[in-house]
Amino acid sequence: MANWDQELDASGLNCPLPILRAKKALAGLQSGQVLHVIATDPGSVKDFEAFAKQTGNELLESKEEGGKFHFLIKKA
Amino acid sequence: MADEQKKLAIIATKGTLDWAYPPFILASTAAALGYEAQIFFTFYGLQLLRKKLSLKVTSLGNPGMPMPMGMDKWFPVLFQALPGMEAMMTSMMKAKMKAKGVASVEELRTMCQEADVKLIACQMTVDLFDMDPSEFIDGIEFGGAATFFEFAGESDICLFI
Repeated sequence: MANWDQELDASGLNCPLPILRAKKALAGLQSGQVLHVIATDPGSVKDFEAFAKQTGNELLESKEEGGKFHFLIKKA
Repeated sequence: MADEQKKLAIIATKGTLDWAYPPFILASTAAALGYEAQIFFTFYGLQLLRKKLSLKVTSLGNPGMPMPMGMDKWFPVLFQALPGMEAMMTSMMKAKMKAKGVASVEELRTMCQEADVKLIACQMTVDLFDMDPSEFIDGIEFGGAATFFEFAGESDICLFI
C-alpha cells in the first residue's frame, strides 16, 4: 500500500460513521495529502467510491485485507 | 460557489427511535458530501429535538419489525401491548445498535449541527402540544410552512420522513 499522511481506524463503525469520520479527518489535511481509512462495514466499499465521486477527493486505492477494508483518499 | 452547492430538504414527522435515524443519517451524510441540508421537524418529529431524548421503539402496529428468537412470528400481538414491553424492546434495540456500531441518535444529531445542517422546529406544533422551547437543543430555529418552502423550493432533493 502506498504512503499516507494520516490514518483513520473506523473499524466496528457502521454507516454513515466511516464517511463522516473520514470527512472530518480530511478537513484537517492539506490538499494533496492522503488519508488511510480502515473500516469493517462492507457497505463502505461502495460508499467511499460514491464519496470520492461527489466530493472530488480521489480514491487512490480500495482493497480488502485481513477481513478489513482499506481506502486511500487523496484530498482535492 | 454557494449557488452550485446542492441542497437537501427533509421533513421529519416521526418521533420513534427507529425513525429518528433516516433524517439525521441522510442530512449528516449529505453535509459530508458538500450539500447544504435542512431538516424541518413537525408533529412527532419534534421529539428528536429534545435535549434529553427519550425515544422508544415498539413492534405494535409494525409486523415488519424483526424480533429476537423469531418472536415476530409467534409472539401474540396482544402480549406486545403489556406494560414494560415497549421499554424492553427499546433497550434491546439500543443494545443491538451499539453492538453493530450504529451511531446513537444524539451522536448523529451533534454531527448534523457540527456540519451546519439547519434544524427548524415547526412553531405550530410547539404551540399545539404546549411544548417548552427551553427543552429543545440550542442552535435550532423556529418557523412555519413558508419557512420550509423558502429552502425546499430551491432544493435538489426533498424528502418527507
